Amino acid sequence: MPGLCGGGQMTLIAARGLTVRHGGQTVLAGVDFAIAKGEIVTVVGPNGSGKSTLLKALIGLEKAAEGQVTRAPGLRIGYVPQRLHLDPRLPMTVRRFLSLPARASDADAAAALTRVGVPGLEARAMSALSGGQFQRVLLARALLARPEILILDEPTQGLDQPGVAAFYRLIEEVRGETGVAVLMVSHDLHVVMSATDRVVCLNGHVCCEGTPRVVSAAPEYRALFGLGTGGALALYRHVHDHDHDHQHDGPAHDHALDHGHAHAHGGDHAHSHHHEGTDA
Amino acid sequence: MPDDFLVRAALAGLGLTLATGPLGAFVVWRRMAFFGDATAHAAILGVALALATDLPFYLGTLAVVLAMGLGVSALTGRGRAADTVLGVLAHSALAFGLIAVSFLPGVRTDLSAYLFGDVLAVTLTDVVWVWAGALAVLALLLWRWQALLTATVDEALAQASGIDPRREGLLLTLALALVVAVAVKIVGALLIAALLIIPAAAARGPARSPEAMAALAVLAGAFSVLGGLWLSLRLDTPAGPSIVAAAAAIFALSLIPRRSG
Repeated sequence: MPGLCGGGQMTLIAARGLTVRHGGQTVLAGVDFAIAKGEIVTVVGPNGSGKSTLLKALIGLEKAAEGQVTRAPGLRIGYVPQRLHLDPRLPMTVRRFLSLPARASDADAAAALTRVGVPGLEARAMSALSGGQFQRVLLARALLARPEILILDEPTQGLDQPGVAAFYRLIEEVRGETGVAVLMVSHDLHVVMSATDRVVCLNGHVCCEGTPRVVSAAPEYRALFGLGTGGALALYRHVHDHDHDHQHDGPAHDHALDHGHAHAHGGDHAHSHHHEGTDA
Repeated sequence: MPDDFLVRAALAGLGLTLATGPLGAFVVWRRMAFFGDATAHAAILGVALALATDLPFYLGTLAVVLAMGLGVSALTGRGRAADTVLGVLAHSALAFGLIAVSFLPGVRTDLSAYLFGDVLAVTLTDVVWVWAGALAVLALLLWRWQALLTATVDEALAQASGIDPRREGLLLTLALALVVAVAVKIVGALLIAALLIIPAAAARGPARSPEAMAALAVLAGAFSVLGGLWLSLRLDTPAGPSIVAAAAAIFALSLIPRRSG
């Protein structure tokens, strides 16, 4: 439902009928997508569903085989990659990294690090950072460009649940302060950032779109997610308008409910909420 | 007072290291070592072309090396290598180059000069060419430094900042072709890649930033040139291999653990 967004607001990036092929394989087929100023959109999908390819096509790194991508002229993008394969032979301090590609002043660099909660890391080598610190330094670098849109490729991969919640709260705060639009990709099909305005479920094509349910509004789920998340997480209920397989009786199914049951039976708390591939 | 030929040799070698230092750092960071080999080996083919036609030596060599570099980067995509394709191209270019040279009367005897370099025979014109080429490459790298570095760190990150990583990759290919063309007479087609990689590898240990690594690679290259020339004079060894041997010795020294860690 590409018409959901926009609503008169300025569209930052839009794709129409976007098809991307890798060799002979179609990775994305006929994807319609748009994100407006200040909006938070989470793209979810199983591994191999084309999420990263969509992000790369939106920034212009992947060529569209069909359809088109349009970006607002002069759009400032803050990009946070999924992983950074820094060659071990490339010496890089945090301070130097923050000055890529635009030189940042010492004051700006320090402020950016403080903003993302890792002050004073300037002299540290990038290779010496923990996973959480690394992720925040990537975010700090992206923020230094004073972006109109933040694009994050699986930013919470490798973080534990309190870490995920803290990172989502940070993103939410930054959005509140700067009005930056946020486009985030996640392989977690069901648990998304609660501030998300819109969830897009992708599996080579757009399966469904909708708004997440806020966890804090549902006490039974809140218990599952522990107390430390402060309402930063929310569940997304997939309502697909078509079938992917024949195990489901109807065209609409509710992952959120399945998901809840799985945890209830597990009895443990919610760090096992990765349902990779269940949607394939 | 050292002899003129020695001064010219040292000048040519030092000029070359101004370019091979920072460019070598990129070759190491982007894992283009084999790519460097492939383009360098094509230089022999370029030499043959230049000698067979009336093209100036450096222009003929540059044309062929550049064609090879562009061809290889088109075939292997983003500089990250299909090993086999590069291996095939590198060694076929060398073989065809050697065959082509063998058809040229009088060159056969000079062949080792192009394979291993003959820095002690460089003329003043060669020195001018080397400095012009090296300074052009250095200027190119300095001008695009931030963009090149960003594209090396992450292509998507560069693209999102409005930098075309493919364009930056092509600029590096161009720089590599220039360096190879001017380096053939100094270290020879077989050892150019060594002069790119070994000083940069030696500079990695002590360097804390990309810029420091590039600068230290220039320094390590300069010491290699001077040390190699000294070795060549003292032991009457071929100059090109002696320079590379000196670089290898500096690299070995850089591996000794420092007390500070």
